[in-house]
Amino acid sequence: MKTDENEKHHIIPYRTFLYVLAILILLTLTSVTLTQISLGAFTVAAALIIAGIKSTFVLAIFMHLKFENKMFSRAVCGVILLLAAVITITLLDYLNR
Amino acid sequence: MNMNMVTHRDDLASKTGMWLFLFTELLLFGGLFIVYSVYRYRNPIAFHQAAHELSVVIGTANTIILLISSTTIAMSITALQTKNKKLCLLLMGVTILLGLAFLVNKYFEWGAHFREHIYPGSSVLALRGHGDVLFYGLYFFMTGLHALHIIVGLVFILVIAVSIFKDRINSENYVLLENSGLYWHLVDLIWIFLFPLFYLIT
Repeated sequence: MKTDENEKHHIIPYRTFLYVLAILILLTLTSVTLTQISLGAFTVAAALIIAGIKSTFVLAIFMHLKFENKMFSRAVCGVILLLAAVITITLLDYLNR
Repeated sequence: MNMNMVTHRDDLASKTGMWLFLFTELLLFGGLFIVYSVYRYRNPIAFHQAAHELSVVIGTANTIILLISSTTIAMSITALQTKNKKLCLLLMGVTILLGLAFLVNKYFEWGAHFREHIYPGSSVLALRGHGDVLFYGLYFFMTGLHALHIIVGLVFILVIAVSIFKDRINSENYVLLENSGLYWHLVDLIWIFLFPLFYLIT
């Protein structure tokens, strides 16, 4: 027997996924092109920013976070902040030795 | 089934459990990304030159293969929700084939490195210096661990596909399909960062 709680599901149309795929492939090719021309220190930043945008699309649409219980997106943000904090603190340590 | 029997199910809890597991995976790879950043900072020239030896073409092809496979597994959920079992199984089959294609590319990529005697513990690699050893050590470990996740994801999706075929998972009860999809997307997410870090930033 199913409960109402288990029935609440958002059906995402196929075309939404195809649009997201097109955006993701476009971003991948942009990232490849950008890093082939030398932008110096900006290269790393550009590649990581594009990877960040791609991840946001995957998390929000493919992983349904946009349509799920808000608890999930908050938890994901928490984990990303935790990782960012650990990376920042470790690098601060190494850069100032 | 006995009419008085109530099947207890909690999809929210099931999905929460899956997400908690995915968080541990993110922290696992996150730790490796920190190691990569620090080693790269300490060996900028060796990392710069070693990254040039990786094939951007194969890397890009594998990225696009994984992105398409993520799309097909996401679409398979929509197919099952709208009671289109055939399309759902077809999309899952395509996902599995794309995952295998990724592994085949990886096999040729690693094979080429091995022929040049570049692998962890190789004496030829050791002669090239500390930075190269660190770069390729991380490269083989991180892409290897990722490939292992691809294999696990493929088995997970295959098991779920069999359950869908036998109607144990259907349009009323598909949280396991969603969970296998979440795992597959995580594998895609990790690759989204591995690809620029090893192949693009030179």
